[in-house]
Amino acid sequence: MSVLRALIAKPWIWSFVGALAVWLAAIIFTGGSGAGGMLTAALSLAVFMVIVGIGQMFVITLGPGNVDLSLPANIGLASAVAMKVMDGNDSMVAVGLLAALAMGMAIGAANYLLIWALRIPPIIATLSASFIIQSIDISYGRGLQIKPPPGFADFTNVQILGVPILAILTVVFTIAAAIALQRTIYGRSVTAVGQNIRAAWLAGVPVGRIRFLTYMLSGTLGGLNGALLAGYFRGANVDIGNEYLLASIAVVVIGGTSVAGGKANVPGVWGAALFLVLLLTMLNTFGVSAGVRLLVTGLVIVGVITAAGGQKALR
Amino acid sequence: MLAGMTPRRLLRALLPALSLTLILIGIAWLNPRAISYFGFTLMLNLAIPIALATIAQMFVITGNDLDLSIGTFVGFVGCVTATWLRDEPLFGTLVLVGAIGVYAALGALIHLRNLPSIVVTLGMSFVWQGLAILLLPKPGGKAPDWLLHLMGFKSPWVPFPIIAAIVIAVVAHIGLMRTSYGAVLRGAGGNPVAISRAGWSLLKTKVAMFALAGLFGVLSGMALIGITTSADANIGNGYTLLSIAGVILGGGEFVGGRVSPIGAVIGALTLALAASPLLTFMHIPPDWQVGANGAILIIVLAARALISRREG
Amino acid sequence: MAEADADIIVRLDGVEKHFGAVHALDGVDFAVRAGECVGLVGHNGAGKSTLMHVLAGTLAPDKGGIAIGGAAQSGYTVTLAQALGIRCVFQELSLCPNLTVAENARINHASLKGIGWRRRAGDLILAKLDEIFPGHGIGPADVVRDLPIGKRQMVEVARAFTVTIDPLRLVILDEPTSSLDAQTAGQLLAFVRRVVADGASCILISHLLGEVLENSNRIVVMRDGKVIAADKAAAFDRDKLVTAMGAAGKPVRVATERTAERDSTTPIRIRARPERQADGAELVAHEGEIVGLAGLSGHGQTELLLAIFNGAARRTDRIEVTASVALVAGDRQADGIFSLWSIGENIGIRSIAQLRKGMLISPASEDEFAASWQKKINIRTPDIRNNILSLSGGNQQKALFARALGSDARIVLMDDPMRGVDIGTKREVYELIRQEARGGRTFLWYTTETDELEHCDHVYVFRNGRIVADLRRDELTEEKVIQSSFQATG
Repeated sequence: MSVLRALIAKPWIWSFVGALAVWLAAIIFTGGSGAGGMLTAALSLAVFMVIVGIGQMFVITLGPGNVDLSLPANIGLASAVAMKVMDGNDSMVAVGLLAALAMGMAIGAANYLLIWALRIPPIIATLSASFIIQSIDISYGRGLQIKPPPGFADFTNVQILGVPILAILTVVFTIAAAIALQRTIYGRSVTAVGQNIRAAWLAGVPVGRIRFLTYMLSGTLGGLNGALLAGYFRGANVDIGNEYLLASIAVVVIGGTSVAGGKANVPGVWGAALFLVLLLTMLNTFGVSAGVRLLVTGLVIVGVITAAGGQKALR
Repeated sequence: MLAGMTPRRLLRALLPALSLTLILIGIAWLNPRAISYFGFTLMLNLAIPIALATIAQMFVITGNDLDLSIGTFVGFVGCVTATWLRDEPLFGTLVLVGAIGVYAALGALIHLRNLPSIVVTLGMSFVWQGLAILLLPKPGGKAPDWLLHLMGFKSPWVPFPIIAAIVIAVVAHIGLMRTSYGAVLRGAGGNPVAISRAGWSLLKTKVAMFALAGLFGVLSGMALIGITTSADANIGNGYTLLSIAGVILGGGEFVGGRVSPIGAVIGALTLALAASPLLTFMHIPPDWQVGANGAILIIVLAARALISRREG
Repeated sequence: MAEADADIIVRLDGVEKHFGAVHALDGVDFAVRAGECVGLVGHNGAGKSTLMHVLAGTLAPDKGGIAIGGAAQSGYTVTLAQALGIRCVFQELSLCPNLTVAENARINHASLKGIGWRRRAGDLILAKLDEIFPGHGIGPADVVRDLPIGKRQMVEVARAFTVTIDPLRLVILDEPTSSLDAQTAGQLLAFVRRVVADGASCILISHLLGEVLENSNRIVVMRDGKVIAADKAAAFDRDKLVTAMGAAGKPVRVATERTAERDSTTPIRIRARPERQADGAELVAHEGEIVGLAGLSGHGQTELLLAIFNGAARRTDRIEVTASVALVAGDRQADGIFSLWSIGENIGIRSIAQLRKGMLISPASEDEFAASWQKKINIRTPDIRNNILSLSGGNQQKALFARALGSDARIVLMDDPMRGVDIGTKREVYELIRQEARGGRTFLWYTTETDELEHCDHVYVFRNGRIVADLRRDELTEEKVIQSSFQATG
């Protein structure tokens, strides 16, 4: 009984409960068929949400007002860069990945430069940057059929006993991120800054440097995501990242990370990603149209943030 | 008012008008024939819906919030205008009024639960988008005739878009800057504690701001369809960044309740010109026009930051 | 008794207000009659601010009664206070910086609406400005943000005296001349005298004793949450006020075992000059010293501490710091506490680099570190892993001390950290500070409680952002500190 109680007390449990509920609803509707396949597909798609979700989680944990809206454009550009560098050549896979990561890192650095030098709120800085990145992507990836190297594409689709290999790797990555958050100086500094930026500064935390690193991290993960998406969907395109704007914020919020900063919930990102993907899958199973999908996603976000509430007024 | 103006402050205040003048000079130089009645009507065509959306965003920014859903909201309104408003006017009107009500309710929600407006409006942007797609899965519909006549009005001497822009600017200016309650609304952005200590309800001010944003969003969507004649669910998507850019270009600030309605309209005009006509005349490829919008915003903010820093 | 009551605008009976262990108001009887100006003086922590907030309705007393115009009040709020004619000019400005002067006047008067409201609001505030500050040079269309602080203060004061619907019975002025120059301050005080002569009342809180003596009918002296002296203004003079505010002539207890062994080889750890210091005086601290910063709160001590904190990273021509610094915050909500973390995490944040095993922070080291400090500084908690807010205020403050003392910083800056802390906690920490100083750590201690200065080797008294006195341990008395804190004339 106390095990159950301890389990319920864990903040991330609810997103998993939600995911389970949705999966069950979908299975009931299909009469049990395809349950396993649904899970595998959900895991595959959730991976991409988790990767950028973790980056976004670190940014949001920095404190109110911090968010990275440049992710979709970042992902689109990174997918193009990765594919162009790899050039259909399996031996260039590593180089291509590195190029995408470097691109993402540069975008993150550029974002922070705008925030720091021009003192614009991160929302505006990353939003403006995203438009510029989009243009770069459109002109860079113009016309060419960018297909991934066959080995790379296959790798991203490999499954072991029905579990995608990318999912396994991402779970490992998630564990690493959780450890980093809790047990490294960097991670502690992020949560300190998010709780009270002034107290953090007075306690000796290098606030500027921490923010810089965090935006770079988010950018880098966006780059990684772009490359992997191009491999998985066997092709790069400008819009490949569009759904990840809301998705990256949604998995953070639904997963239990505080929007006010200072409290991150790493396992929750997975639970929320599964929940969202299964929700969309369920809606598809019900034969629901694109419009309803968008509507439901939006309402779920508004519902969750309303239920969670904002920072308690300090007055 | 000019008493406390240092040269730097004056520069800041005139920045919107200066930017507009620069753009006009650029256009005149690149394509002199554009500076004509016909040319302006064509170029500034879309300025009206952009200006209306910018004013909507301005109301939200006055209260230290941000509306990331205005773009898709305009798209939704456009779809309603091109379908229900034409075919079932009463129902269509009810839907639009209801939409304003939703905006007002959002304002109340944000105040009562102390929610971050970014996340709420981001979520709502998908709601509006979803609703728009449900209404018009494919581009279509037709604007009501009265709307077409209104937006296509050929005014004597001065191009209609310019007259409309002036009217919008004047109405918004009087409403926010000249009325007694407008002062309270702005004060709520500048020093909410003082306003609430003086006995005003911050809930009411927040709801008022969002309701006004909803109203102008509806007007923007209707105006847009009046020009494009038919609608599509994605038609307003760019208006989110454009509206934010317009407010900032117009001298507004994200926090502190400092906005300028006239500046915002000028900013919207500048962007309408820069967003397409100028870039086309400069032979900037369409691929880069999207990025140019982002670049313009950054350049303006950089200019402002430089001026402020030296002002100390 | 009855006619006297009708004359009394506001009366407080036995009012108490506690913030945790702190008795901000410890049974205060206070009354203001119509047509009188009451001067309220007292050193830090006397309770003046709290009293003002209770009168204005922003704070509810824990015990005691409030009567306005003879009628007892229950459920007294700001709105009620305003309707009954009680106005306040706080030290932090309550103008909206983005609005004009006239618009700010409108904010306070809901009846100024409809056609022509702007003209009427402008006329209202302008008339009052002209009445109080002739030649002020402020226009009703001036945006508040663009006005210098002195003019903003003038607008704030003038607005408090404007009348539309609610009557004007009592105006509370908290350090109203702090941002005004001599001429404008004189105008304000002359106006106050006129208004009082016409039948309104005023409470004047000021650290400028001359100002209080010249402009009050009665003076009330507070200390430690109590009224300790109240009489006609004519019965007081500067010295009497200073004596009353202090510990009634008791000398600062000189703790005997404190000797700062200092010779010519003891290195200087800090040299710092406040920004507004014109005469070149500077604060100098040697290794192992405990240096005190005294004076009324808000007179530049915190600014200098923060400048020194920044100076550790980057040397400037004003500040020179030769060792690492840590800071103990006084306003723990704003500057110190990480409210989502445990006690242990709050203590360890300054030292996480040392608590690592390899790349990662070792939970065992962290727990050990926190436990050792819990013992050393005696933090009362059943589990160091509980959330920090589970601690009492005093213990939270101890955790902040542990954070700084447990770090490797050789200099510890303390920003009035004992505010609102119980005496038991204080004693435990004082001993620890003395111990650490003997071990070679340097302490800069800004405190608003003159008693604490007994632990210092050296005290700098601040006034208006400058060092005005430099007192060695052996010449330190509370009277000297208070004297330097308060200006000689208004």
